[in-house]
Amino acid sequence: MNVCKTGKIISLLSIFILAISFFNLSLYAQKNSCVECHQELEDKLLAPVQTFKIDIHQQFGLSCVNCHGGNPSEEDIELAKDKTFKGTPQRSRIPEFCASCHSDPSYMRRFNPRLRVDQLDLYWTSEHGHLLKKGDTKVALCTDCHAAHGIQAATHPKSWTFPWNIPQTCSRCHSDKDYMRDYKIPTKQWDDYKESVHAHALFEKKDLSAPVCNDCHGNHGAIPPEVTSIAYVCRQCHPSAGELFSQSPHKKAFDEMELSECEVCHGNHKILPASDEMLGIGERAVCIQCHEPDSKPYQIASRIKESLDAFIEKIHHADDLLEQADRQGVEVSEPKFRLIEANTALILVRNLTHSFSLTEIEEKIGDGEKVVSEVTRAGEDALREAKFRKTGLIIATCFIFLLALALFLKIKQITKRAPDESP
Amino acid sequence: MNRRKFIDFFLGGSLVGTIIALLYPTIRYILPTKQTEAVVKKITAAKLGELVPNTYKIFKFGTSPGILIFTPEGELRAFSAICTHLTCTVIYERDTGTILCPCHNGRFDLSGNVVSGPPPTPLESYKVEISGEDIIVSKKG
Amino acid sequence: MKNLLQSIYSYLDSRFMLSGLMQFAKKKKVPEHKHSFWYYFGGICLFLFILQVLTGILLLLYYSPSVDSAHESIQYIMSQVKFGWLIRSVHSWSANILIAAIFIHMFSTFFLKAYRPPRELTWISGFFLLLIFLAFGFSGYLLPWNELSFFATQVGTDIAGTIPLIGKHIKTFILGGSEVSGATISRFFWLHVAVLPLLTTIILGIHILLVQILGMSKPIGIPEKEVKEVPFFPNFILKDSLGWMIILVLIGVLCVFFPWEIGQKADPFAATPLGIKPEWYFTFMFTTLKIVPSHVFSIEGEVLAIFGFMIGGILLMLVPFLDRNAAKERKNPVFSFIGWIVFLYIVVMTALTYLLPGL
Repeated sequence: MNVCKTGKIISLLSIFILAISFFNLSLYAQKNSCVECHQELEDKLLAPVQTFKIDIHQQFGLSCVNCHGGNPSEEDIELAKDKTFKGTPQRSRIPEFCASCHSDPSYMRRFNPRLRVDQLDLYWTSEHGHLLKKGDTKVALCTDCHAAHGIQAATHPKSWTFPWNIPQTCSRCHSDKDYMRDYKIPTKQWDDYKESVHAHALFEKKDLSAPVCNDCHGNHGAIPPEVTSIAYVCRQCHPSAGELFSQSPHKKAFDEMELSECEVCHGNHKILPASDEMLGIGERAVCIQCHEPDSKPYQIASRIKESLDAFIEKIHHADDLLEQADRQGVEVSEPKFRLIEANTALILVRNLTHSFSLTEIEEKIGDGEKVVSEVTRAGEDALREAKFRKTGLIIATCFIFLLALALFLKIKQITKRAPDESP
Repeated sequence: MNRRKFIDFFLGGSLVGTIIALLYPTIRYILPTKQTEAVVKKITAAKLGELVPNTYKIFKFGTSPGILIFTPEGELRAFSAICTHLTCTVIYERDTGTILCPCHNGRFDLSGNVVSGPPPTPLESYKVEISGEDIIVSKKG
Repeated sequence: MKNLLQSIYSYLDSRFMLSGLMQFAKKKKVPEHKHSFWYYFGGICLFLFILQVLTGILLLLYYSPSVDSAHESIQYIMSQVKFGWLIRSVHSWSANILIAAIFIHMFSTFFLKAYRPPRELTWISGFFLLLIFLAFGFSGYLLPWNELSFFATQVGTDIAGTIPLIGKHIKTFILGGSEVSGATISRFFWLHVAVLPLLTTIILGIHILLVQILGMSKPIGIPEKEVKEVPFFPNFILKDSLGWMIILVLIGVLCVFFPWEIGQKADPFAATPLGIKPEWYFTFMFTTLKIVPSHVFSIEGEVLAIFGFMIGGILLMLVPFLDRNAAKERKNPVFSFIGWIVFLYIVVMTALTYLLPGL
């Protein structure tokens, strides 16, 4: 073989080797025999390779070996699965499997110092954790909520633990009647929640501050709140209603009867927008659930509802006037804006109902009514202006018609007299 | 009076009437109005002595509400009273010393920054100056 | 009273030499026949123009041509200024009625062939007046600085920008920059209250002067016995005024029952609202551009359509020189036919814009 031909063969071989190496760089920077083998397989054995592409661990430079052990530089399967190889962990050991890193503060500090490291501890306090310790593997563990290989940060909208995905994550088990048969707890939480004002805020208005399952039940330490703590849970976001309630006579009564404050009137999962019908003594009022007719509380409830209704009626009347004026072309954007203040007062009054104090409520209504009467006056002025415009138009039109008539008569007079003569 | 003179008077009279009917709105139009400028950039929100420390006043700034706060430390601060969440009018809560929006419990500190709740951005803050007896609020920048 | 008027007249006469003018006015006659109804539309255009000048001057008192205060000043006029709603609504409604009247005036003179010699210059000056008033409409529409006007201006100038070679320069000149901004509002205001009124004064002056000197054109082939001659002053003037009074009442009713809306303040960063379109008098061209195929023999469809309109405009302006028959006082159904086609085209295209907005 001469030098030229040798040179050519060597160059070709090098190119060939380089090409193969580049080919293998397709997925990961270093040699990863796990991926190379598993991407040739099917279904459950192929899935980890595909889903790991979006996994958050991959972004930190971790891969199969960091959780499962083994030797990814070895092609041969027996050599790759060396003594460090852990394989798929047993289901009941998954929490500890994940916690082997996630509960190690010095290890986690290297990657994300802000992440908590107490998830496992919390988990053992949860109902899921309790049951798992007793040997029940049907309960939720890390991979059921976070996925196994395509784990994304909870701040990523596609993550199973992003706020608007959490209800579906939990209801995968909790709404499955067959799955939940042995547990004797209801399975309509998700159906109920879907109709709630919180679900509407979250899914329709995209308000990420709206509560989902974990906001009331906890994340890793998930357990249904006890009766006494439900109110505290609601107070996280609704502090003023809670405070007013605590200062009202109902607090002592509810505590003695072991009633869970907010839940009694508003429900727990199917919390619907509070309506004025919940007040007073009507059919759908919550007050009459406890209070006998003609008792003092019954009368107070009735008075509160009456005052509120009267106030709302005044607001509607003012609004009507403004709409009428607007339709007739009068500019009423300023009074309309003032009316928003009246609506703010209405919101404050509705919140104040949690105090059940007639005097406070009527005082607040009085403030609101001052604004409403201003707006009503403005509305009446606007309608007067609309009338003035029409009257003005009629007067001007009359004058113009008279002028037109005069012109017409003059024209007739001139044409009749001498059509071809000038005056 | 013959027919011709009548028609002439009629013509003249209705002409004058029409001119007045058209001139009246025009003259009212060119006379200055109460609010002399279209865009309100400055307003006297209150008088000195109207407020005591730790109280507030909602005042009209153009077509929208503003809030003037006399802080417990004796400073005057003014902001747009329109909550940046869903445009409810905010109030000043004495006990907490914060600005509260009663609609969804949004809370702002006395620099207008969001402390808690759903509002996405701070309240627009205004400049406060004292000229004699008047507390004058104006837009910044 | 009569003596007072006489003495005032003779005072002015000896200084302004009015008697020649009075003689001319007394002698002036207007033909009256079955088509003379259309004569009134010229005067109606003049009346509406004067109305626009008067209400425009009043609006100038309170309007502010800047991005920060234009919309607010309109709000102020509509809500705070006494009768501001009336002055502004009159200005907006009359603008639209004026342009409609101009089109009617143009088509009626076209079909009556009033453009034939010696009235070619009247026709050409009228053509320029049409362009000037369309420019008035386009520039005035932006001034309230609301959503609709902002985006309509953007769409309109984008179309101007597609003219090959010079389009980009034209667009930059009109906008005062690369997009609709504060510079545009200043520029449109400058055009609307200074440049265009000056041009109108000159060209309208010529137009009216020619009409006065040459008198009203009689339609071709109308027999002598069907034509009556009436004095311009006072007969025709009085009838003219009657028409003006009726229009005034119409405008009054429109303003009280349908005051012009203020709209939302323009936000340049907002998305263009769906179904944005220019004012109705531009919609026939707008819809044409929408339905024209994107390419015709490798020329862009839009460019072709714009050229089509420009050539159409030039032909329209040159009609007095093209219609040889009319010059010889002979009827020519060809030109009338073309006129009807154009008229129908404009009406159908305008209607389509509103009936089929999804085009």
